[in-house]
Amino acid sequence: MSVIEIPVGPQHPALHEPIMLRVRLDGEEVVGVDVVTGYNHRGVEKLSESRSWVRNIYLFSRICGICNTVHQQAYVQGVEKLMGVEPPPRANYIRTIMMELERIHSHMIICAIMAEVIGFDSLFMLMMRDREVVMGLKELIAGNRVHADIHIFGGVKRDIDDKIRDTVLRKLERVEERIKYYRRVFEEDFTIRKRLVDAGVIKYHEAIEYSLVGPTLRGSGVKSDVRADDPYAAYAEIPFNVITRDEGDSWARMLVRLDEALESVYMVRYALEHLPGGPAVPKNIKRAAPPGEVFSRAEAPRGELFYHIISKGGQNPYRVKVRTPSFNNIVNGVFAYRGARLADVPVILTSFDPCISCTERVLVVDESRGVKRYVRLKELSRNQGW
Amino acid sequence: MGEKLIRYSPWLIHFNTGACNGCDIEVLAALTPFFDPERMGVKLAPNPRHADIMVVTGAVTKKAASRLKRLYEQMPSPKYVIAVGACAISGGVFAGSYSTVSGADKVVPVDMYVPGCPPKPEAILDGIVKLLLKVGRGG
Ligand code: SF4
Repeated sequence: MSVIEIPVGPQHPALHEPIMLRVRLDGEEVVGVDVVTGYNHRGVEKLSESRSWVRNIYLFSRICGICNTVHQQAYVQGVEKLMGVEPPPRANYIRTIMMELERIHSHMIICAIMAEVIGFDSLFMLMMRDREVVMGLKELIAGNRVHADIHIFGGVKRDIDDKIRDTVLRKLERVEERIKYYRRVFEEDFTIRKRLVDAGVIKYHEAIEYSLVGPTLRGSGVKSDVRADDPYAAYAEIPFNVITRDEGDSWARMLVRLDEALESVYMVRYALEHLPGGPAVPKNIKRAAPPGEVFSRAEAPRGELFYHIISKGGQNPYRVKVRTPSFNNIVNGVFAYRGARLADVPVILTSFDPCISCTERVLVVDESRGVKRYVRLKELSRNQGW
Repeated sequence: MGEKLIRYSPWLIHFNTGACNGCDIEVLAALTPFFDPERMGVKLAPNPRHADIMVVTGAVTKKAASRLKRLYEQMPSPKYVIAVGACAISGGVFAGSYSTVSGADKVVPVDMYVPGCPPKPEAILDGIVKLLLKVGRGG
């Protein structure tokens, strides 16, 4: 039987990021998918070796515009461990607030994009409109809508005053109400259920076997979340539930995200109401780190984010290795497409919440080994250690 | 000549050449109801052959550079390019990396630069308006 190959991307009107899937079809049925990446590879890890510890805070947050705060958190908390600096509790709370706001907007944007992918344009527009409220809150606290850049070694760069706190608390009510509404839409809407239920099912043991992370993992019923398993920042003090669902399909993954966004609203509210006193902004910033090696991890909106930082002393890191969640999910998750129909491919891809800029950065490793070519999925999943 | 042709409803095409996503979500935000440029007929074109203005974000990686060139060539004339964000202007934080060419204008002619990291949606829309003024609309 003849197999047809269809390229999807890299310039694609729905996905705002360059990735190419090479989909192999037998009739309507997908027999295989290859992921072609590298369009977004910027060489961040190599660049970081020639920049100072402080400048790198801004470089690493620019690995990904959507999960920038959590990249900063993972990098900064790692370097703080190296330097022996402990951020004050208030700074930890403010960092947590920023990370949770980021999670809300990240989950909203992917649910909106999912709506667009299945052709539900009005829902996309509405969700994007309500997401603007969250962006406004980020701007209010950090001074910038996208790149918060609030972390600094030993604290945060801006404090939250009472006025800001009250505004955020007030606006969160609306966010909460809207997320609850969208959750109901995703749960009950006939069209959405038709497209998402049973699309790209990942079973419990498969999710573990292919080391998937984040909502993709939790959508298959595995209870794993760095915030709960290995608390950092203020997560040990803020109560929250780890959301899981057992269905394992695209629908479950989206509902996990909406429920998590709701949890995040409660967490931001709790953190603001219980904001500890004391300073948050450090007076002096350390600029050099002693020799050493640390691991640091954090839960990005898309799953576990992992930093491995090596210092040989002085102003610059010797080596920083970043392992981002999307790379794992997109590349290892390709088995989920098999047997699906062509029309399901974008739905399944979107349900992994593909963050291509993160993914591409991981390919740094691949290219620096001289493997500069179309990276075939099979090869990648075979040597998962890269 | 050209100005007349895109005078009413310029359609955009957006290409991410290796951005961190920050600029991309802001371009996306600029096109959604909060700002709603669609009431002026400004919207994303489904493919480069329908587009009048290309919005380039990102530091232009070497791999994306050839794609960028190809997309530009596929657009019908008159065509314009807007570079959005520090990365698309000069490489931004990624300038000097072994894998970027640092700046869209190294690959295609750029007509308008919108600075910021990322620029706010208002700034992106302002860039589009300024471009239209520059090419003669109502100017
Ligand atoms: S200019 Fe800033 S926000 Fe835009 S792509 Fe570059 S690093 Fe990201």
